[in-house]
Amino acid sequence: MNRQRDELGPAIPASEITPRAVFEQRRTIIRAAAAGVFGAALAPWFARQAFAQTAAGGKLASRPNLQFVLPDKLTSYKDVTGYNNFYEFGTGKTDPARNAHTLLTRPWTVSVDGLVKRPKVYDVDELLKLAPLEERIYRLRCVEGWSMVIPWIGVPLAELIRRAEPTGNAKYVEFTTLADPKQMPGLSVKVLDWPYVEGLRLDEAMHPLTLLTFGLYGEVLPKQNGAPLRIVVPWKYGFKSAKSIVRIRFTEREPETSWHRAAPDEYGFYSNVNPAVDHPRWSQATERRIGDGGNALFPPRRKTLPFNGYAEQVAPLYAGMDLRKFF
Amino acid sequence: MGRKPAMTPFNLLRLGVFLASLLPLLRLVWLGMSDGLGANPVEFVTHSTGTWALVFLCLTLSMTPAKRLTGWSRWMRFRRMLGLYSFFYAVLHFAIWFWLDHNLDFAAMWQDVLRRPFIAAGFTAFVLLIPLAATSTPGMMRRLGHYWVSLHRLLYLIAVAAILHYWWHKAGKNDFGTVALYAMLVAGLLGVRLWWAVKAAVDRRREMAPQNER
Repeated sequence: MNRQRDELGPAIPASEITPRAVFEQRRTIIRAAAAGVFGAALAPWFARQAFAQTAAGGKLASRPNLQFVLPDKLTSYKDVTGYNNFYEFGTGKTDPARNAHTLLTRPWTVSVDGLVKRPKVYDVDELLKLAPLEERIYRLRCVEGWSMVIPWIGVPLAELIRRAEPTGNAKYVEFTTLADPKQMPGLSVKVLDWPYVEGLRLDEAMHPLTLLTFGLYGEVLPKQNGAPLRIVVPWKYGFKSAKSIVRIRFTEREPETSWHRAAPDEYGFYSNVNPAVDHPRWSQATERRIGDGGNALFPPRRKTLPFNGYAEQVAPLYAGMDLRKFF
Repeated sequence: MGRKPAMTPFNLLRLGVFLASLLPLLRLVWLGMSDGLGANPVEFVTHSTGTWALVFLCLTLSMTPAKRLTGWSRWMRFRRMLGLYSFFYAVLHFAIWFWLDHNLDFAAMWQDVLRRPFIAAGFTAFVLLIPLAATSTPGMMRRLGHYWVSLHRLLYLIAVAAILHYWWHKAGKNDFGTVALYAMLVAGLLGVRLWWAVKAAVDRRREMAPQNER
């Protein structure tokens, strides 16, 4: 594909690339290209134009980071932006797309505080200039047993963390989502103890895969996808990737995350994608890829991969841990 | 007696209810053909058929109270049809799950039933519906006599199991809005029967009482 070739380029400095990973990745790309799946994988990217006018918040320029491409077919723009869990705008999958228009994404500030040497309230436009924006194609696996493949736009969260300079005591990072009943009709229902709080261990937050995300499919994040900024942690179940973030706090103790508080035996703090550890009420061994199977109305389920397919990159973070206990 | 007229207004009404009860299925077929089942068609169809099985179960349970409240006995002539529609949508609900979630693998399905309480509750409700559907004909009613009434009281248990199935399914996401409405409806339909049973027992005792005092 010409377009693909034109946009090739070193999106991040060579000094930050692990040579072996690059090598592996290149082989994957070559294999994918050889198999001719690239065209198919990118087809929805071009097909999305019809929807772009309705839900979009404008274009967002970025460069594809070729370390993070997948041979998987992209989930259509329509499904990525029309089938969401964002309970602040309702518990139905199509509620957020219908209701999130009330969210005001400018002005928007994010308070970075807690155990850091340089606490600061950032304007979102300042964060957009933190580092060159990259496009990365990640799998997203929801704890409910479905998955998507999404071209996100963002910068490594580590860029922000490094600027904040966590102190020696900082072990965890807590993310808080906006909770404004005037903008978010779902807050009137006490499904969760608002505001929505998520968290990561500091080393997870610093991991190169963890993306501070501002866009998808070449444009500004649609509101139902967590505008104006969210995190994306691709090896964990989707609910770990907090949306519409207003605060990032560094702590010594494990943050009390929303779903863990609501049902501690069902949602652990780690919530790494793990086909071997079932949710108490359903199996996590397989998943249904949204839009899978082309014209087949009812595609078969596919096998879920450990760490959602990112085991090679992230498994060392959990060396020696019992992942059944720390689910 | 001569030949009955084929289409009395009441029979037309019954035909209308019969056809209207197929609309939820036709809607799914239509949505399926027009790309209207959303991003996750399997989930949509599973949820829809399950919900309609429960709706028809509630309607079935409403016929006796409707008769008592309105004094119109012909409500009872809808009961079997509505009950069979509940079974019909439950079969679709079960079949989709067995086929698309378990690939028609009986062992895998059974493991799921044993491992997960919410599946066990739904499965119980479905299995208990089978003998009721099988004994729904006038011939079976005659043959079973008063046992038929006792057997079909299983529907009360089925209703409770169906609510548990739905409730536990929603529990993980703390999303009880819709299921709570159905739970209240079923509680009302079963509660009114309990109330009537207690009242009948009290009345019987009162009838006995004056004789003792005399």
